[in-house]
Amino acid sequence: MIYRETGQFKTSYATDQQIFPIRQDRIGVLLLLVAAFVVVPLVAGSYWFNAILIPFLIFALAALGLNILTGYAGQLSLGSAAFMAVGAYAAYNFQVRVEGIPVLVSFVLAGLAAAGVGILFGLPSLRIKGFYLAVATLAAQFFIVWCLTKFPYLSNNSSSGVISVPNIEMLGFTFDTPQSRYLFVLTIVSLLALAAKNMARSTTGRAWMAVRDMDVAAEVIGIPLMRTKLLAFAVSSFYCGVAGALYAFCYLGSVEPDGFSLDMSFKILFMIIVGGVGSVLGSFLGAAFILLLPIFLDVTMPWLAELVHLPFDSATVSHIQLMVFGALIMFFLVVEPHGLARLWQIGKEKLRLWPFPH
Amino acid sequence: MRQIGDVILDLRNISLAFGGVKALTDISFDVREHEIRAIIGPNGAGKSSMLNVINGVYRPQHGEIIFRGEHRHGMNTHMAAASGIARTFQNIALFKGMSVLDNLMAGRNLKMKCNFIQHALWWGPARREELAHRARVEEVIDFLEIEHIRKTPVGRLPYGLQKRVELARALAAEPEILLLDEPMAGMNVEEKQDMCRFILDVNDQLGTTIVLIEHDMGVVMDISDRVVVLDYGRKIGDGVPDDVKNNPEVIAAYLGTQH
Amino acid sequence: MQFFFEVLIGGLLSGIMYSLVALGFVLIFKASGVLNFAQGAMVYFAALSLVGCMEKGAPLWLAFILALVVMTLLGIATERFLLRKLVNQTPISLFMATIGLSFFVEGLAPMLWGNQVRSLDIGLVDEPIAWILDQYNIVVSTFDLFAAGMALLLVGGLALFFQYTRVGRALRAVADDHQAALSIGIPLQHIWALVWGVAGFVALVAGMLWGSRNGVQFALTFTALKALPVLILGGFTSVPGAIVGGLIIGSTEKLAEIYIPPVLQDIFGGNFGGIENWFPYVLALLFLLVRPEGLFGERHIDRV
Repeated sequence: MIYRETGQFKTSYATDQQIFPIRQDRIGVLLLLVAAFVVVPLVAGSYWFNAILIPFLIFALAALGLNILTGYAGQLSLGSAAFMAVGAYAAYNFQVRVEGIPVLVSFVLAGLAAAGVGILFGLPSLRIKGFYLAVATLAAQFFIVWCLTKFPYLSNNSSSGVISVPNIEMLGFTFDTPQSRYLFVLTIVSLLALAAKNMARSTTGRAWMAVRDMDVAAEVIGIPLMRTKLLAFAVSSFYCGVAGALYAFCYLGSVEPDGFSLDMSFKILFMIIVGGVGSVLGSFLGAAFILLLPIFLDVTMPWLAELVHLPFDSATVSHIQLMVFGALIMFFLVVEPHGLARLWQIGKEKLRLWPFPH
Repeated sequence: MRQIGDVILDLRNISLAFGGVKALTDISFDVREHEIRAIIGPNGAGKSSMLNVINGVYRPQHGEIIFRGEHRHGMNTHMAAASGIARTFQNIALFKGMSVLDNLMAGRNLKMKCNFIQHALWWGPARREELAHRARVEEVIDFLEIEHIRKTPVGRLPYGLQKRVELARALAAEPEILLLDEPMAGMNVEEKQDMCRFILDVNDQLGTTIVLIEHDMGVVMDISDRVVVLDYGRKIGDGVPDDVKNNPEVIAAYLGTQH
Repeated sequence: MQFFFEVLIGGLLSGIMYSLVALGFVLIFKASGVLNFAQGAMVYFAALSLVGCMEKGAPLWLAFILALVVMTLLGIATERFLLRKLVNQTPISLFMATIGLSFFVEGLAPMLWGNQVRSLDIGLVDEPIAWILDQYNIVVSTFDLFAAGMALLLVGGLALFFQYTRVGRALRAVADDHQAALSIGIPLQHIWALVWGVAGFVALVAGMLWGSRNGVQFALTFTALKALPVLILGGFTSVPGAIVGGLIIGSTEKLAEIYIPPVLQDIFGGNFGGIENWFPYVLALLFLLVRPEGLFGERHIDRV
């Protein structure tokens, strides 16, 4: 009953089209933003920033990118980590080779570089679909990582492709504390998430979803298949590229090509499956879930192992992690294919009536 | 009653084959502006293929399509859509993952000019465009009486309503020619009456030319201005319903003869 | 020229190994329409079960049978608890579910059997046969011949099975349309149990051969990934295609690894190994652009 919408009439199409048409949602999101931008920096410790919040935001961004490609446009991709790598290395190269270039410009250029590579590897999608395309994206994943390892120019001639990135400096201010880096990442991710939501509910998003649902029909109503698919690849890779750049500059500080492995691509795919395919909220929920799960397991495993008197070592933990991940994916696909985002929606619908049963 | 105008679509000597299978052989007929033209024939006669040729899904091996005076050997789907030809399908081709409103707005995509960056920014031209087109789409929604389901995901609607939504999506594009492929298939009597009424309204009030494939003879004879009859990919009849009804070839092939 | 043949033959032989893994994919896809990404994990699981049983003292033949039973049970459980619940979903959802399954099995196998690398001795020597080496200067071992022989036997047997037996026909019917198959009385449950049993058998043979050549270790799971380009080349539903695809991938991969790096090194300097990691995929990708259904696959037509 808290969540009732009665009394909230929409008297114009403009108000009907809002992202958050229900007042309670608007208040909720406002509070969330205040909490994220103001409260958290004041309260949280650096472990929280470095180990949880910053990677959460970065992977949420990558998941958002993959969601645009796989969730909205229906093109299955197993190469998101490779596009993150392109972004990371491109940003590094721009920063190191161009004197005095502003960091944000590097990031944008890195995103564009990733978008270019994305379009290149997206060209096959014009001829092939479904899991054939997935195999093609595997080609992207392996080839890109190999290129980054083998061409020394791309890592400024360091051995085996490892790069160490400098601190971000903007207008004289150096982002070297966890709080400052958190706010930097938060701002970028929030803006890109808003942009993604806007694209999703506009003609662009509808074109993507039409191509996903039935591309023959989409063609018949005049939607240009090639442009739509390639745009999806481009935007998705842009997002992944920026996420990769943030990953290098604001999270790890030092990356190598093998760090952007197939495992990471799978992780990002799991994030959108668990969180909800085709949903902006889902990208965030999924990222949180998948990132927090290993931490949760790390904490509860020793206690559980004692309970069951099982031998317990790090190998067992990683095996159990694999099993839990696998089981979760299967569980979500069977029980709620639309992921946590749908569960959230169902929860809200129940809240409309609670505490009354009907 | 509107006036039936000049010929706007002229199909000449269209032949279409898939490998060894001849779907259409040397078919010629024309369609006049503002009329309702029916294509009838037994199953497998090539009616859907004919529609597919008109809107560019298939390219005929021979023949010409002349639309509003412009000669084309074959259309492609984009050209057809841009020229003002819209259609519905025998097996519903709606975007099941989207709501009714989104499906209709998608139908207007050729009229939307903003690019994706403007969409990402939303405020400004993208927003104005979206609201303007939303207003037009709402007119179609009113016209076809589907206000109550506009936010429902299409996959959840009953069959009859889905067919109506498909019609709405085609109308949302404000087409000059509407190709309807068995719009009443699988409907009960009430739904058929409703759909008939809508089709007549579209033709009457909006002046849209309609090319219609339908099996229900009652409907065809009632609402069409002229009829083309196909059988095994050939044209065996062409004219007003009364003439076609009395054509012995048509009767033999389609309506059945007494032996 | 001599060297070229050596590399080629080496590639062909490793290609046969890929084919064995790909065969498992083809079987399951042919019978249920599911692309089982977990096949690699199953090869690993099969090999581990085999080695595990042998470590507990069972002779090879007994261990083989026990492992086969285990694999069949795993397959039946998969069908019952996972695939059956996903009957109406899109192929992509099913594929993603098998990705989840592969992770699960990859974690389960070492939990049950331990994760240290083990060697597997099946009584065959992996050293070059002396007289072939002397006569033709080619490196081929008894093991290689056995592997090739097994592969051909399996392929031949399975092809005949699908084409000419009643059960094989039923399997093809099920793959085409579950509902229709049910309606003519084909017992889906039994059929699927059979299919997974056969796929388990193939996985076991593959696991046994790979395991004895490279040791039974986690890297076995990556063979699944290599099988995907094999499937693309050979077609997802073709049993002989799996062999042909495997041979092509195996040979081109090795040839590329030997012949491309020197060229790149001349142009760019530096070290360019590791081409095998991506070459099969890029090859498959280029192939898809020309022939989306593979060499032996069936053309998919969209009816509007």
